[in-house]
Amino acid sequence: MSVSEEVENLSRRGFLRIAGIAGTALCLGIYMSADAEPRVLTEDEARLANAGIALAAWIIINTNGKVTLICHRAEMGQGVYHSIAQIIAEELEVDLYGIDIQLTQGDEKKYGSQLTGGSSTIRGSYKNLLKLSATAREVLIMAAAARWKVPNTECYAETGNVIHKPSGKKLHYGELVEDAAKLTAPKDVKLKARSEYKVIGKGNHRRDSPLKTNGEAIFGIDKRIPGLQFATVERNPRLRGKVKSFDATAALKVPGVTRVFKVVMGVWDTDREGVAVVATSTWAAMQGKKALKVEWDDTGFEHLSTPEIYSRQRELLKTSEGLTLTTQGDPTGIIAQAKDKLDVVYETPYQSHSCMEPVNCIAHYQVDKVEIWGPVQAPNWIQDYVSKKLGMARENVIVNMTFLGGGFGRKAMPDYPYEAVMVSKEIGAPVQVVWTREDDATQGPYRPGISYRCEGAVENGGITALKFRMAGQNNDHWRGGDNGKANRSTSEGFLKPYYQSIKNISFSDIPFKTPIPTSFWRSVYASTNGFAYESFLDELAHKASKDPMDLRRQYLKDERSQRLLDKMEEVSGWKSRKKNDGYGVAITECFASTVGHIVKVSKKSTGGIHIDKVWVVVDCGWYVNPDIIKAQVEGSIVMAIGAATIHEITFKDGMVEQRNFYDYKMPRITDIPQMDIHIMENDENAGGMGEPGLPAFAPALTNAIFDLTGKRIRKLPFDITTV
Amino acid sequence: MINLNVNRKSYQLDADPDMPLLWAIRDLIGLTGTKFGCGVAQCGACTVHLNGEAVRSCVTKLSRAAGQNVVTIEGLSADNNHPAQLAWNEENVPQCGYCHSGQIMSAAVLLREKPEPTDQDIDDAMAGNLCRCGTYLRIRKAIHLAAELQKKEGGTT
Repeated sequence: MSVSEEVENLSRRGFLRIAGIAGTALCLGIYMSADAEPRVLTEDEARLANAGIALAAWIIINTNGKVTLICHRAEMGQGVYHSIAQIIAEELEVDLYGIDIQLTQGDEKKYGSQLTGGSSTIRGSYKNLLKLSATAREVLIMAAAARWKVPNTECYAETGNVIHKPSGKKLHYGELVEDAAKLTAPKDVKLKARSEYKVIGKGNHRRDSPLKTNGEAIFGIDKRIPGLQFATVERNPRLRGKVKSFDATAALKVPGVTRVFKVVMGVWDTDREGVAVVATSTWAAMQGKKALKVEWDDTGFEHLSTPEIYSRQRELLKTSEGLTLTTQGDPTGIIAQAKDKLDVVYETPYQSHSCMEPVNCIAHYQVDKVEIWGPVQAPNWIQDYVSKKLGMARENVIVNMTFLGGGFGRKAMPDYPYEAVMVSKEIGAPVQVVWTREDDATQGPYRPGISYRCEGAVENGGITALKFRMAGQNNDHWRGGDNGKANRSTSEGFLKPYYQSIKNISFSDIPFKTPIPTSFWRSVYASTNGFAYESFLDELAHKASKDPMDLRRQYLKDERSQRLLDKMEEVSGWKSRKKNDGYGVAITECFASTVGHIVKVSKKSTGGIHIDKVWVVVDCGWYVNPDIIKAQVEGSIVMAIGAATIHEITFKDGMVEQRNFYDYKMPRITDIPQMDIHIMENDENAGGMGEPGLPAFAPALTNAIFDLTGKRIRKLPFDITTV
Repeated sequence: MINLNVNRKSYQLDADPDMPLLWAIRDLIGLTGTKFGCGVAQCGACTVHLNGEAVRSCVTKLSRAAGQNVVTIEGLSADNNHPAQLAWNEENVPQCGYCHSGQIMSAAVLLREKPEPTDQDIDDAMAGNLCRCGTYLRIRKAIHLAAELQKKEGGTT
């Protein structure tokens, strides 16, 4: 069902309601789908549909005219706290800076899915938000017109007031709320054209910024409730194992430590054991954890090391065709017959999310309910998971969302809230479980490390066939996914127009399992697929003696893609560059946005490669805030620099080898290239922006290095100081 | 009892002198603007001022801070109006925002010591502060702007 159909399906009488909250208020309710594109429902959505969607108030105008917006999604830096308000302010005609924005609880009956992932918040809800706000504005105008006994058309709304144009009479929204709530909302409200926007399209000051410059913003780790105790957990370093025995003597001698006991953390369908240390302060709990002596039971699963993981993937890529996700034409046959062809393997590493705010959660277990406070991306998943594990009614698992100090997919997992619940259950009091940086680095989950076999054939300056095989862990398997089906994300990142113009293409997934917990990591599979597929296109361009941009132009025939390519060439001076000047290009699609990167590199006099500049052109369709989009791209580039050239998670004998930022190093202010970011102007459906800026950077960088040095990099990360 | 002066207010703490200042500020005094990031002085999220100098509070023992003047992000200005805070807001620097208490505290010391910092000065002063959201370009821009604002105000903090 498309968003517009969903809007149509809402009862217009139910659209506006009087609610008994804080006196009389006009309440606007809406169901927000997670995705703007019409398509088959996902598992989560189907469950949601079965649960029934209750309309409820989440934008409230009270009788004083105060507008309260419940921010139903997680704010983790991507800016929805601001941009949802920005949408409302435009069509509701209220002051963006006067809206009271509140973080909320998990409640999908009210809000629809709150899973803040897949860069879905704006693209999934903007049409509803625009229509909702415009409808509310029209009803308020109708109420005022009725009061004044004048035609609606003589009235307009501005900054929270309805104004009668001929007489200059004015009523603020609060004065109209009671009347408006009795009216039936008009069916078809006219939405503003993009050219009429006063608020949308502006890179205005973020609403959450002041809270984040004076220490006021409450992240999960900052939350305090009465009686709160603090805990740390020493978890099995082999990611799947159990506790054989532990000696708490020394830990209990640490001043402030009150309890030490075994605790189970559920990681989707598997359990992991650890030993919890409860104390009166976080530091005491950390000291107690250091003093613990634990003997682990690591039987029953493999203790893998990184070289084994990749040699197994290579072997699979040699011997298996895998499960086919997509196929058109006969790539295998064409490649077998071809004279000019390539057959290469790309490797990408396991990665840690390493949110600046370490994983943490408060839980208060009570007999008949559990209350949770924390930095969480998926409150509904926590409700599902905890209620299932405890055999408790779902609505009795209350999840309160705070600001997140980074998420990147890590904080969508219900493992750490569940663990906090188990600690609270044991001590019978509210507790905040804080992970140390070492816990964060060594416990995962991680972005899966994936190998790709890329085969292709060229003839007469063009591509005749592409065949991609992927061997790497499937995140879905952690959630009980079907092992017999190909990973549906195998082709993520690959541009859709290529399917129209390249006749023979196939993607397949060779199932690969390890005991290592994996999860979504910013831009998910596009972050690794993009490197393989876009590097490989560059290889084929060279094989076919084509300019890499021209090769893309040859196959991205639709007008929208051509405009993107034009813009990329224009802003980067692509056509006036000299051969082997160190320019590389890559373009990926991710969560309904297409983003092209051009990277310029040079040789450093001290050896290695310097990234001089990155030009980025974003086509995300309709958008809200250009400055937030640019910020997301800037951040994506920095994150991609880290993942491509600085850090990786490696395993030895089943344990992670990295511990903290001294051996899992991060890009710093000294590592940042110049950036020039552009946004295509069009009115196409909105795409995501929290993640799509990331995947094309790494291949554009390595393609640029190839252009400069002739060296093809097929394995990430690589040491940029020694290329 | 350890006497600690935080944001011009005096606290008597019954605490282990080895406890890092970070946890005394957060868990004992209850000021949560100062953040825990790594615990080993690698990320700078915990940066506070100790007698006007930027220190990593996660590795600064309470005993070292006893009787000294500590300023945290909450005490940097009266109304979120230190030039660095104003500039951070003007440039929309924070994304998730978690590291920015520490970033701003580092920047405030730089701005006092080098009122007109060069890019190199900024790199030198800020390289110890990590930002996983990657706001570095804006941090640099904001520090230059803060320097201008500070000059206009005709004074430093």
